[in-house]
Amino acid sequence: MLSIKNLTKIYGGKNKAVDDISLDIEQGEFIAFIGTSGSGKTTALRMINRMIEPTSGSIEIDGKDVMQMNPVELRRSIGYVIQQIGLLPHLTIKENIVLVPKLLKWSEERKDKKARELINLVDLPESYLDRYPNELSGGQQQRIGVIRALAAEQDIILMDEPFGALDPITRDTLQDLVKVLQKKLGKTFIFVTHDMDEAIKLADRIAILSNGQLIQFDTPDEILRNPANQFVRDFIGENRLIQDRPNMRTVEDAMIKPISVTADKSLSEVISIMRERRVDTIFVTRNDGTLLGYLDIEDINEGYRKGKDLVDIMHRDLFKIQIHDKLQDSVRTILKRNLRNIPVVDENNILLGLITRSNLVDIVYDSIWGETPAGVDEA
Amino acid sequence: MILGSLLSDLSAYYSDNFGYLMRLFFDHLLMSIYGVLFAAIVGIPLGILIARYGKLSGTVITLANIIQTVPALAMLAILMLGMGLGQNTVIFTVFLYALLPILKNTYSGIKSVDPNITDAGKAMGMTRNQVLRMIELPLSLSVIIGGLRIALVVAIGVVAIGSFIGAPTLSDIIIRGTNATDGTVFIIAGALPIALIAVIIDIALRIIERKLDPTVSDNDAPEDVQSVN
Ligand SMILES: Nc1ncnc2c1ncn2[C@@H]1O[C@H](COP(=O)(O)OP(=O)(O)OP(=O)(O)O)[C@@H](O)[C@H]1O
Ligand SMILES: [Mg+2]
Repeated sequence: MLSIKNLTKIYGGKNKAVDDISLDIEQGEFIAFIGTSGSGKTTALRMINRMIEPTSGSIEIDGKDVMQMNPVELRRSIGYVIQQIGLLPHLTIKENIVLVPKLLKWSEERKDKKARELINLVDLPESYLDRYPNELSGGQQQRIGVIRALAAEQDIILMDEPFGALDPITRDTLQDLVKVLQKKLGKTFIFVTHDMDEAIKLADRIAILSNGQLIQFDTPDEILRNPANQFVRDFIGENRLIQDRPNMRTVEDAMIKPISVTADKSLSEVISIMRERRVDTIFVTRNDGTLLGYLDIEDINEGYRKGKDLVDIMHRDLFKIQIHDKLQDSVRTILKRNLRNIPVVDENNILLGLITRSNLVDIVYDSIWGETPAGVDEA
Repeated sequence: MILGSLLSDLSAYYSDNFGYLMRLFFDHLLMSIYGVLFAAIVGIPLGILIARYGKLSGTVITLANIIQTVPALAMLAILMLGMGLGQNTVIFTVFLYALLPILKNTYSGIKSVDPNITDAGKAMGMTRNQVLRMIELPLSLSVIIGGLRIALVVAIGVVAIGSFIGAPTLSDIIIRGTNATDGTVFIIAGALPIALIAVIIDIALRIIERKLDPTVSDNDAPEDVQSVN
């Protein structure tokens, strides 16, 4: 749907920022542009919405040449997220979100509905709609930056290092969020980064740029298995090649059976189940298996003393992973965040399994030193 | 003792000449406001223009600076040769002196808007005018008002000299005082309201400025902005 042909941008007559790049992007793909600083990522990205005019070559969206389109209308049809976030400080969050719909003269009700729908999508309370940007944290602001780019139902979203300025944990959360959003909405995302972890985690295909040229354009697995040349190999880093080569296992292979209770149980019942199973945390589900939250033993003791119900004391904000996620991505997140027990769910949020930190550590050792620790056995 | 008699003389003067005083007060104020108004009509668009087309900015601001360096009395005298005596000459002089602070603040207000924000606006599909109307002007409004404030305070002072070329201003009373043998009461009676308008305008507009400042933080005065001498 997005077709880039022989795209070139020359500054000052000789400096080739983008050098004869050609690539085709399908509807609904998540593409990452990656490369060292100055490799032309931003320039390539900004030519798509004509914030920069190409020197030569063409860009077609659904067969239409963008150079023939009105640039203002083109930009309204393409979402854009930048590292510096760029929310308008004098407008409320709501006004910021529906900025493009406002330019497109949507009705008040439609804008209102859209703002509420979107803010729910990124797990922020609706009361934030009336706040001003400086009343939000950096991570929260960038959530707004992301949904602002979706507000006019754009099909293509361009992102230029959107999470580069955030701390690692916030970045991680937002990466997950963006990936989920992108899958759910089926939009085409083009994402600039210089973090290989981020590219591998998010992208369906990665375009590696160097000195304005496209070096390799392929799926993360293929790039890791068959780097096009030494440059790519260096860029990926030898470490990751070792780590990623042996196992392309999914979460499903690694998970164990979780212990859970339904939300209608009383606390004393929960305590007896936990004592019987010898666990210190337990998941809470609906009768149909939908994951609601978790409880740990200290909460329960306290809740029991105060005579509270299970639903009052359970923790609802929990980090979970999808059953079809790649194990390698989850390992990284879990280790980075220091999580102990991570529930595995399907797309309908039904609890299917559990990954614990200790069975992850086993897997990491297995994949580095082989399945059977032979040396230990013989000794 | 002396102070006491001065105060009673002063209040006697004010109550005897209340109508006359009010007339001068409003004439004085109106000439200032007209001059600043015209300066705003010219200065704000010009400031926007030079912020946009950077090349002009140096020339225009230098020109406005040169005007500012001519002493107000000399300027009045020169303009009087062309325009004759009276209020219009005073208003035009005010216009010339008010131009620089308005121009300069508009220019630096717009220049100080975070380019990432205007870039985001453009990338979302705002036209150039929409970027100006929805981003640049609202974000520089407090700095522009700051320019107007300075212009008005300067204007009150420039108008005060206008009495020399026959415009009715509060200085009329002061001049009468300087000509009289014991004119202290007149001098104070005229100087007091002049100082008062200037201070009130300054305070009122500062409050508005603060209210409109999008960055809201209190100790964050805009830099590189013209100030009163
Ligand atoms: N407006 C410009 N005028 C001249 N040269 C430019 C301009 N913009 C970018 N360049 C040059 O083009 C090249 C590519 O720049 P670009 O911003 O696309 O790099 P990038 O890959 O996004 O880098 P980074 O990771 O640092 O953001 C660089 O060598 C840069 O110096
Ligand atoms: Mg860049």
